[in-house]
Parts: sequence; structure tokens; C-alpha cells
Amino acid sequence: MNNYIILILGMAAVTYIPRLAPFLMLSGKELPQSLRRFLSFIPCTALGALIIPGVFSSIPQSPHAAMLGFGFAVIYSWFRGGIIVPVLGSIVVAFLFSSL
Amino acid sequence: MYQRRQSFHCIREGVLAGFPIIIGYLPIAMTFGILAKTAGLSARDAFCFSAFVFAGSSQFMALSLLSIGSGAGEVILTTLLVNFRHFLMSASLATKLEKNIKRWIPFIAFGITDEAFSIVSFRQKDVTKEFILTVEIMGYISWVGGTLLGYLAGGILPPAVQESMGVAIYAMFVTLLIPEAKKSLKIGLLACLSGMVNAILNNVDILSQSWNLILSIVFSSAIGAYLFAEKEVHSYE
Repeated sequence: MNNYIILILGMAAVTYIPRLAPFLMLSGKELPQSLRRFLSFIPCTALGALIIPGVFSSIPQSPHAAMLGFGFAVIYSWFRGGIIVPVLGSIVVAFLFSSL
Repeated sequence: MYQRRQSFHCIREGVLAGFPIIIGYLPIAMTFGILAKTAGLSARDAFCFSAFVFAGSSQFMALSLLSIGSGAGEVILTTLLVNFRHFLMSASLATKLEKNIKRWIPFIAFGITDEAFSIVSFRQKDVTKEFILTVEIMGYISWVGGTLLGYLAGGILPPAVQESMGVAIYAMFVTLLIPEAKKSLKIGLLACLSGMVNAILNNVDILSQSWNLILSIVFSSAIGAYLFAEKEVHSYE
């Protein structure tokens, strides 16, 4: 019961090492073109997989509210850009819908 | 003098860019605090989880594994798997950081979360240490602070508000993605491909969700590297 600290340190280590190792291995190295290209696509493919299908269950009590809030963020940022307004707006839309 | 103004400027931009992370993390961190308390952890342990591990989904996973009586070894192994996606993200980021930040790398690496990575890698201008560290510190404060707040104060937010805030992280992800997708069709296509692969893998339900996520990222990025050889590589760096 009280030995969480060892568990926590173990979890911290296996989380930190994969976050750190690539910087030590890759920084300042010339990488092959194909590998660079592969790495350059990771931001967008990571976002795609982080959003789908997670967003559908982001508000477990009301998936419809989640979709409406998310839809607002998509439409707003498509036409107007920005981050803060669409993010706050998505919360407001989801909240209004679920409290209807 | 000029340099100081420059770094002040980067910090300011980092604060603006990190703001959505604060909003996104807060309800999740508070939920973690509440669940940790329910699971019988002390406030100190809940704090240490968030302060030392600093990785949302693996912390929730640890709570649920502990509640079904799993041992520390199993929890640590699962954590390694759940958080291994950050290996890919750090690798992607390592190629685009400014050069002279060696001694900050240990701190920068610690703060690589999905959200910080997304914000930093879609930044148009140079990724300076001031910018990235500011974004990461804001996320860290929100995560650790939110954990304590949830643990000590419980549900101070009305449940309906806190539930609605669950969509914020995804709204943030998509607002980062859309400007890139508008500029480059292939970015949009690859993101959709990756999401679809992940949805299919989750539906098939053979592997864990962590594996599905990693496989989706690797598969779609490899497809991209294969299909979209040469051209435009530099504009995206």
C-alpha cells in the first residue's frame, strides 16, 4: 500500500527514457532523406490517430455534445484560424448542448 | 540586449500557445486527482504521480491496474508501452530544434507530451528553447496543480462543465491540424489515414490501444514517406 514511490519512480523512468533517447541519438546527425521524411510526417499522423477515435468518447455522458463542440472547433478554425477561441468555443457549445 | 528582447518575445508566444493546454489538462488532471483519492492514494503519492511521471493516460492506466491488484512490474511495463509513442515524437522533434540547446535537452525531453509536441512541431518560426520550455512548463503546472486541486477540492467545477471540458484537448488537436491540412492536401490525407487506421485497429481489438496508436503513426508516416518522396520536404521542416 505504501510503496507507491518505487512504482512511481519506475513509471517515471520508463516514461522519461523514450522521451529523452531520440534527442541524444539524433540531435546534430545527418539522417537519410527517407528517414527525415518519415519523421516529418509524424506530427500530422500522430494528431490524426490521437483525434480518431478518441474524440467520439471525449464526453462519455454525451457523445453528441462532443461531436457538436468538436464540429464547432473544426468549422471555426477552418474559416478563422486561431486556437484559443475554437477551444473555448467547443467547451461552450458542448456544455450548452448537454445542458439543454 | 537584442537577444534578451528576443527571448522575452519567445516566452510570450509560448504563454499564448500554451494556454489551450492549461484548459485542456485541467479537467483531466482534476479527474486524476479525484480518482487517485478514491483509489486510496495519499495526496503525496497523487502529487508524485503527476510530478514525476507526467503522462496522463499511463497514470489513469496505473490506477485501474492497481485497483484490480496488478503488481508494480506489470504497471511499469504497461507504462512503457503506453508512453512509447513519445519516442516517435521526440525523434521527430529532435531533427528540428535549434542547435545550441544541448544542456536544456533533459528538461525539454521530460515535457514531451502529445499536446506540447503538437504545438511545438506545428510552429512556423524557429523552435527556441524559450518557446518550447514555456509551453511545457505551462502544461506541467496545469497538470500537477490540477491533480492537487482535484485531490483536495474534489469536484469544485460543476460536473456538467467538467465533462464538457473533455472535448477541449481534441478541439486543440484539430485546430493545430487544420491550418496545415489547408496548406498541404497530403498532410490532411495522412492525418485522416492515420485516424482511420487507428479506428479500424481499435474496432478489430486485437492489440491494446497503445499499440494501435503507435502502429497507426508508423504505418501512415511510412506510407507518406513512400508516396510523397522528394519535393516539399524542406518546406515542412
